[in-house]
Amino acid sequence: MPRPEVLDWLRKRFFPHMWCPGCGHGIIMHAILRALVDSGKKREETVIASGIGCSSRMPGYIDSCTIHTTHGRSLAFATGIKLANPELTIVDVMGDGDCTAIGGNHFIHACRRNIGITAVVMNNNIYGMTGGQASPTTPLGARATTAPYGAIDPPFDVCKLAQGAGATYVARATIAQPVLCEQYIKNGIANKGFSVVEIISSCHTQFGRKNNRRTPVDNLNYFKNNSVPLAKAQSMSPVDLEGKIVTGEFVKREAPEYTELYRSLVERVGGGK
Amino acid sequence: MTRVEFWQGNVSVAYGAIAAGCRFFGGYPITPSSEIAEVMAEELPVYNGRFIQMEDEIAGIAATIGGAVAGYKSMTATSGPGFSLKQENLGLAYMAEIPIVVVDVMRGGPSTGLPTSIAQQDVMQARWGTHGDHATIAYAPSSVQECYEVTIKAFNMAERFRQPVLIMSDEVLGHMREKVIVPDNETLTIVDRKRPSCSPEEFIPYRPDPEDNLPPMASFGDGYRWHITGLTHNEWGFPTNCPEEIAKKTARLMDKVNAYRDEIVEYETENVEDADVIVVAYGSVARTALSAVRQARDKGLKVGYFRPVTLWPFPDRELESLAEKAGRLIVPELNFGQMVHEIERAVHGKAAMVQMSLVNGELFQPSEILEKIEEVAR
Ligand SMILES: Cc1ncc(C[n+]2csc(CCOP(=O)(O)OP(=O)(O)O)c2C)c(N)n1
Ligand code: SF4
Repeated sequence: MPRPEVLDWLRKRFFPHMWCPGCGHGIIMHAILRALVDSGKKREETVIASGIGCSSRMPGYIDSCTIHTTHGRSLAFATGIKLANPELTIVDVMGDGDCTAIGGNHFIHACRRNIGITAVVMNNNIYGMTGGQASPTTPLGARATTAPYGAIDPPFDVCKLAQGAGATYVARATIAQPVLCEQYIKNGIANKGFSVVEIISSCHTQFGRKNNRRTPVDNLNYFKNNSVPLAKAQSMSPVDLEGKIVTGEFVKREAPEYTELYRSLVERVGGGK
Repeated sequence: MTRVEFWQGNVSVAYGAIAAGCRFFGGYPITPSSEIAEVMAEELPVYNGRFIQMEDEIAGIAATIGGAVAGYKSMTATSGPGFSLKQENLGLAYMAEIPIVVVDVMRGGPSTGLPTSIAQQDVMQARWGTHGDHATIAYAPSSVQECYEVTIKAFNMAERFRQPVLIMSDEVLGHMREKVIVPDNETLTIVDRKRPSCSPEEFIPYRPDPEDNLPPMASFGDGYRWHITGLTHNEWGFPTNCPEEIAKKTARLMDKVNAYRDEIVEYETENVEDADVIVVAYGSVARTALSAVRQARDKGLKVGYFRPVTLWPFPDRELESLAEKAGRLIVPELNFGQMVHEIERAVHGKAAMVQMSLVNGELFQPSEILEKIEEVAR
């Protein structure tokens, strides 16, 4: 049962939620809310933004300032909100399709700007909402309704993408590690700049049914059996790492945050006098 | 104190926006609109406003909507290809009722078309470009002075009606330099969005006030918690499948402009009282048309001039009664016929229509319109 102070953050009248029972996204919502509560955030000063997808329906359930935008574009909206009011804490929740397909451009540019937003990428390796089509993170060979013979498009590694594009905090956990999820989201929120927390989520309904992970428990077991912490992964060979999910904090570095740079620009030109 | 400037149309739009209280601009460079972004980049930080160059036009309007949600008067500016890219998020702003101003400095299309040449091919896109029904407010200025004035009006309308307002400028106007008499800020009428007067607990973000049928708007960060979505929603802002709630919302998106149509519609006329031919033109073409009409008058022809300043809502009733008296309309446009259809609709067959189309990247010559007037007036 969620703690009472976590329950305060929910629009309880909309429960039961629209996610399939056992969908991984609920675990992530709970982790985000615990992270926000433990970080001492206020609902009036917190924005939850999203695009379109099952994952992106999350803001509707959270009783803060919430904005459910267009598919893939949420980071561009969030960038406008953050630039307008840097005092706001912004968590942008995205599906893997939302983030890396249609929203890929906004994602890399948010990383590049290092703007103070925490992106939580809910990666279930599939387009859940639209019925199980392949996404840019669908593993090679996995089946999807638009990859009936197995995917031949090489997948993205969300964390490497974020690191390469300049995010200052990048971490990955799976829904089988809810405490780690919460910890990484908390660290992401504490980071001044742009944070990316990729959480490997499950869609037993659309991904599982085509890839031998039919039940929520199948998925949790899969994640438990195939996750490798970063420290261990560093001593493993690429062959041994094949098909494994490496979890941990990949990037933690200091760099000027975008709205702070903007503020100093305004001061430099004597703005607001 | 009023002052006199010698500005390009694009520069005039930018300073008009600043005078209107615009303090947020998100955009992406595109000819022939880029000067608007450039002036905003230079000026907004000085006003402690926010300027951001985004990664594309989709992001430009998204950031602009974000700025508006956080309380700023916000604008983006673009041209043809960028206007196409902005359409989906423009729809979100209509649906979520977020006030923004979008400038389209029209160039030739389709596609990349003619980046540095004038056209008027986006005027129907302004009305119908995003999917789904909504009411449109779109201005078509025809002088650099008017660029300044309609930009202020566009912000006032956006703030008042909680919706996007479009400024349909064009390449010639955007780059032409003219004298602008800049009024003293103190003399301007500036409208700010209606804020909720109730407590955060009582706030219902899409419930219109009974006296004006318009809902107030809170900002993220000012103590109110609310939900914004592009899904069709009820008065509380949450998605709905209830036919009554859907009907109420979608009808209100139309009604909020239709009900105030008379306060929004603007047009200009000259010599229409006794005219038996009226030239109807907008934007830069209206300048050519007016000069042709005056030359025709000098030749003793009874010709009038009608210029819609708001393309949407269109001054249909006003044109209808004049058209009925005159019996003949000439409609020159830099497209193969767009507003002419709206004009046809407006006059209900009470006047003969003569369409003039030019799609070669140039403006009409006054002599071409004059010739047509002489031909039709005969
Ligand atoms: C512009 C646009 N294109 C396509 C869609 C259809 N669509 C809705 S959700 C979605 C993909 C969702 O997948 P993902 O982002 O991975 O989230 P999930 O549903 O798996 O949580 C798509 C393609 C849309 N809403 N808008
Ligand atoms: S379809 Fe998949 S992602 Fe969507 S709610 Fe169901 S399990 Fe979750």
